[in-house]
Amino acid sequence: MSTATEHPTYNYRVVRQFAIMTVVWGIVGMAVGVLIAAQLVWPALNFDTPWLSFGRIRPLHTNTVIFAFGGSALFATSYYIVQRTSQVRLFSDGLAKFTFWGWQAVIVAAFITLPMGITSTKEYAELEWPIDILMGMVWISYAIVFLGTVKNRKTSHIYVGNWFFMAFIITVAVLHIVNSLVIPVSLFKSYSVYPGAVDAMVQWWYGHNAVGFFLTAGFLGMMYYFVPKQAERPIYSYRLSIVHFWALIATYIWAGGHHLHYSALPDWTQSVAMVMSLILLAPSWGGMINGMMTLSGAWHKLRTDPVLRFLVVSLSFYGMSTFEGPMMAIKTVNALSHNTDWTIGHVHAGALGWVAMISIGSTYHMIPRLWGKAQMYSVRLINAHFWLATIGTVLYICAMWVNGILQGLMWRAVNEDGTLTYSFVEALAASHPGYFVRWLGGAFFLTGMLLMAYNTWQTVRKGSRAPLVDSAPQTA
Amino acid sequence: MSAFWSAWVTVITLAVIFGCTWLLFQTRKSETHKESTDVTVGHVYDGIEEYDNPLPRWWFQLFVATVIFGLVYLALYPGLGNFKGLLGWTSTGQWEEEMQHAEEVYKPVFAKYAALSIEDLQTEENKSGLQMGQRMFANNCSVCHGSAGTGAYGFPNLTDNDWLYGGEPATIKQTIINGRNGGMPPWGSVLGEEGVRDMASYVLSLSGREVDPDAAQRGETQFQALCTACHGQDAKGTQALGAPNLTDDVWLYGGSFEAVTHSIRSGRAGMMPAHKDLLSDDKIHLIAAYVFSLSND
Repeated sequence: MSTATEHPTYNYRVVRQFAIMTVVWGIVGMAVGVLIAAQLVWPALNFDTPWLSFGRIRPLHTNTVIFAFGGSALFATSYYIVQRTSQVRLFSDGLAKFTFWGWQAVIVAAFITLPMGITSTKEYAELEWPIDILMGMVWISYAIVFLGTVKNRKTSHIYVGNWFFMAFIITVAVLHIVNSLVIPVSLFKSYSVYPGAVDAMVQWWYGHNAVGFFLTAGFLGMMYYFVPKQAERPIYSYRLSIVHFWALIATYIWAGGHHLHYSALPDWTQSVAMVMSLILLAPSWGGMINGMMTLSGAWHKLRTDPVLRFLVVSLSFYGMSTFEGPMMAIKTVNALSHNTDWTIGHVHAGALGWVAMISIGSTYHMIPRLWGKAQMYSVRLINAHFWLATIGTVLYICAMWVNGILQGLMWRAVNEDGTLTYSFVEALAASHPGYFVRWLGGAFFLTGMLLMAYNTWQTVRKGSRAPLVDSAPQTA
Repeated sequence: MSAFWSAWVTVITLAVIFGCTWLLFQTRKSETHKESTDVTVGHVYDGIEEYDNPLPRWWFQLFVATVIFGLVYLALYPGLGNFKGLLGWTSTGQWEEEMQHAEEVYKPVFAKYAALSIEDLQTEENKSGLQMGQRMFANNCSVCHGSAGTGAYGFPNLTDNDWLYGGEPATIKQTIINGRNGGMPPWGSVLGEEGVRDMASYVLSLSGREVDPDAAQRGETQFQALCTACHGQDAKGTQALGAPNLTDDVWLYGGSFEAVTHSIRSGRAGMMPAHKDLLSDDKIHLIAAYVFSLSND
């Protein structure tokens, strides 16, 4: 048991494949994001081509960053963590291989169909039914591999990180299947089985739990392994993890209705969604506290370790956006924020600050261990990446806060005669500087990802071949 | 919702809230260390241990506070199935209240101008009425006609005193109230491709454009036979039908040779939506006054 690559027990091949694709899809997805951000500043950038129009490639951006980048990061880290914390090889190498190639096929299919305008029109679930079926098959295989591995574990208990991965895998399967129920009319066109307001509620039950389980629970699983591992400190409180885990999954599933405040959704559904969203604050912060406090006694490491810095800053953004979310779910606040750029800013505080940063930190931790190198090719480049990512995120969310509040106030302003003070286009013109700053923030973030790709490439190709101390599993 | 579903909603909502609260208190009660500790719970996973620290007090209090807020909210507002909430609030009720308030406050402002004719509204002392019309135009009409009313491809320019249906105050108002359906039938199959191009040459010559005189002459013969019923003998259009004047070099769908042949070959269908159900009479009156002012100041 000298180096990770020679380790006989674990399946690192599929972890390496997903880790590389995390970097690749991160760059592709964020590049599409930067392009659509640029289109909002300079509309001519759609080049009068339908395939490059905002309406078609915005879903391509969201699908790529959530499912391709975030999904690959989740597959890579969950396969890595479940093997190491259960001290057993993956349940099935064949199924694990299928999850990799099947998932890549889903993403390639998205890149073909979405620009062609083939869409189910449901947000974050735009892919048409044949692709949904493939996605469902991959996901069920993933569940079998993961749950099977947990079942085969050589440890007495299941590690807390794996609780979160299990909740994420099982709930996403249910969400995907229920929300994707459609009546196909052709190979590329289908209609939802749900009518009107019910369809909207099912969609946002899915949509918000895509955030709650895909983008939160899964990444908390990642956090629970890489933060204590990189800090070399025990988890702050086992008790806290029990309470916040169960409270988080029990309340998140109710919160989706807050996307439909002041709509045709019945009043009672809106109230319950708002109440559950507020109660969600403490369970969310439980995860942040457990991560942050794990660093007590190791704060000095932040000065020298940019990987740890990625992990800690991601927790700060997680704490910030999970405070912001419940506030925005309050109906009176939502009356101002709804449909404005504030929502987009809130999503990106979570998506860039939390999801992307924790994935990047975790990937930097894994890459040298997966290829049996002493460390990443360049720590200075990780540091540069950290600053580009942090500055990019801050520029992005500040621009969207300013724009969102500006739009909310301009839309609701009325003259003495009751007419609206501003027309829509005036609010749009006032948003222009914010759109430029947002584009700039996105460009910063993307540049950081390019540094990561170079650093990863050099680590895999060259790196130092010195054996690693912690590549072998440590037993109790 | 039926009594069953109402009970279902109530029970699972409260079960989730009380279940979380129970777990919170239970975990706190069973704490073995009340202060920060270095004792772990004994598991080790890949080198990771877990401390047996207590729940942070402020976090516990935050959790309890949100639960109390939630329960109070569900007592006051509709949420637990068919229970209406102690305040009797509904979103429909709130909307009606706000609309009634708006009606009381704003109606007199509009009533003052509704009593004046559109011509009278053009005067300096009624300037604020026109401004109100301008604001409503910006929010209701500018998507098609442009913020300045100068129109766009397929949407008429309202500032050039060139009217499809007429620019009298009463006509403008009619256009807004009932909408308009402008239909130019397709002539491609009747004229053939050569005929379409001849016709386009003639039509463009009416606005003084340089065209092939032979083609224009052939087009004129056909024009007299086919087009005069709507566009008139002199091609100056018929406002009763919304048929445009073809002699003034104003082109709703573009004035290039290609655009004009397309209009003749395939026809056009323009639609101004009716606003009688969207805006009150008093508001339409002021918008009409503003549109009238665009060509008459």
